[in-house]
Amino acid sequence: MINTHEILETITMIQDEHLDIRTVTMGISLLDCMDADIDKACDKVYNKIVNTAKNLVPVCNEIETELGIPIINKRISVTPIGIIASACKDQNPVKFALTLEKAAQTVGVNFIGGYSALVQKGFAGADLELIKSIPEALAVTDHVCSSVNIGSTKAGINMDAVALMGKIVKECAEKTADRQCIGAAKLVVFCNAPDDNPFMAGAFHGVGEPDVVINVGVSGPGVVRSALAKHSEGLDLTGVAELIKRTAFKITRMGQLVAQEASKRLGYPFGIVDLSLAPTPAIGDSVAYILEEIGLECCGSCGTTAALAMLNDAVKKGGVMASSRVGGLSGAFIPVTEDAGMIHAATIGALSIEKLEAMTAVCSVGLDMINIPGDTTAEVISALIADEAAIGMVNSKTTAVRVIPAIGKDVGDELDFGGLLGNGPVMKISKYSPAKFISRGGQIPAPMQSLKN
Amino acid sequence: MRAVITVVGKDSVGILAKVSAKCSESNVNVHDVTQSVLEDMFCMIMITDITNINKSFGDFSAEMDALGKDMGLSIHVMHETIFNSMHRI
Repeated sequence: MINTHEILETITMIQDEHLDIRTVTMGISLLDCMDADIDKACDKVYNKIVNTAKNLVPVCNEIETELGIPIINKRISVTPIGIIASACKDQNPVKFALTLEKAAQTVGVNFIGGYSALVQKGFAGADLELIKSIPEALAVTDHVCSSVNIGSTKAGINMDAVALMGKIVKECAEKTADRQCIGAAKLVVFCNAPDDNPFMAGAFHGVGEPDVVINVGVSGPGVVRSALAKHSEGLDLTGVAELIKRTAFKITRMGQLVAQEASKRLGYPFGIVDLSLAPTPAIGDSVAYILEEIGLECCGSCGTTAALAMLNDAVKKGGVMASSRVGGLSGAFIPVTEDAGMIHAATIGALSIEKLEAMTAVCSVGLDMINIPGDTTAEVISALIADEAAIGMVNSKTTAVRVIPAIGKDVGDELDFGGLLGNGPVMKISKYSPAKFISRGGQIPAPMQSLKN
Repeated sequence: MRAVITVVGKDSVGILAKVSAKCSESNVNVHDVTQSVLEDMFCMIMITDITNINKSFGDFSAEMDALGKDMGLSIHVMHETIFNSMHRI
């Protein structure tokens, strides 16, 4: 029998501490929609998505009402369009982006991810055409998200793709300069991209996945922070880690319950729960505040990387026991513009891009939602991507870059995207040129870590 | 199947009566009630059986929400599963 204390704890978590299910993401394979005629392929894509996902939003709303836990986003991820477009090469792949947009609007999801290409070892099929079309695709759509995997521990880093992506990121921002450069906020450049990630903008449906699958991403930085605020006084760091673990367990149980319910009601298999601490710009729902609660004056100070490493590990240890299947990115996110504490730290100059880079070595993602000066060269962006990919490649983990060149703006100015994407200051980035390094191209060979057999 | 109804707000006459009347009208059986009044703050937790509920759970929840708004209280109805999954292995 559940007791009053437990009931009140759950209700406080949901009502006061922003506990929510961040996303229920339906992964849909489009492999059976390939066609040499791009218009026919688009028709098949539209019909498959609309038929498969027609109940996604109503079912999630129903679960939300019954369980009383908010499900913030309902999303769709699809097979990387670079693969689907291979059958209709030399035709404009933006047609696929417009089709995804139309399908997303029809079924009412918040985002659709998968305008993607996997090029860690080289370009195949329509990959190159797709990548070159990303700036236009993201400028003419609102709900479509794009990602490109340019490296992996097994393959090394495709530096030709890295060089290209620097230009693409910049072009995405330029094409949407009148809308706070939002195009670049919908594009992620990955190393070791997971096939089952439910979070945007990097979600796509990997080729080894089933036809349709339900993945769930949980949230809850506010709950962890509040547990630390209430119960961590006098604890040493072993005790703090234990407290985070216990809280992460409870958060993840919510995700597991919702994932099972959604899977049962929609009639598609449950894939994974992504054990992530995903912040929102809401005050209190911040990963930076957790680090500060652990004992730092401000996120970005010395000690930030160590505290984050402990947090990330404790979240995984607590979550893994709570879910039957775990996957995706799983760990703490550190997107600057989406986290009130990070925005503050970046604004007062306590948090730099270099510190964020160190932090990405011990948490689940990478340099995420960082505004950089609009005059940053494509080569600098490419080199930033290469640095981040190297961290991922060597440490056998996912890393990513989602930076937004703030066109016409400089350090101290601000970009405001609104909603979950938040707002934040333009941060300083090294201006010394890596142009010669980037122009060499080629492949950084896979590291020794890849030879595990 | 059981649901948990929580009522929090300023104390006034007839809160329990009105909430339980709504339960009765919806054929929801009240199993257990815990309530406390701290200064003038009223807090009640009701464990109910919704097996034979005569409307959809969503409608019941919406009606309770509306009743709460009328009375200046916050009333939430949640399935018991969420508490069990969070607090029991």
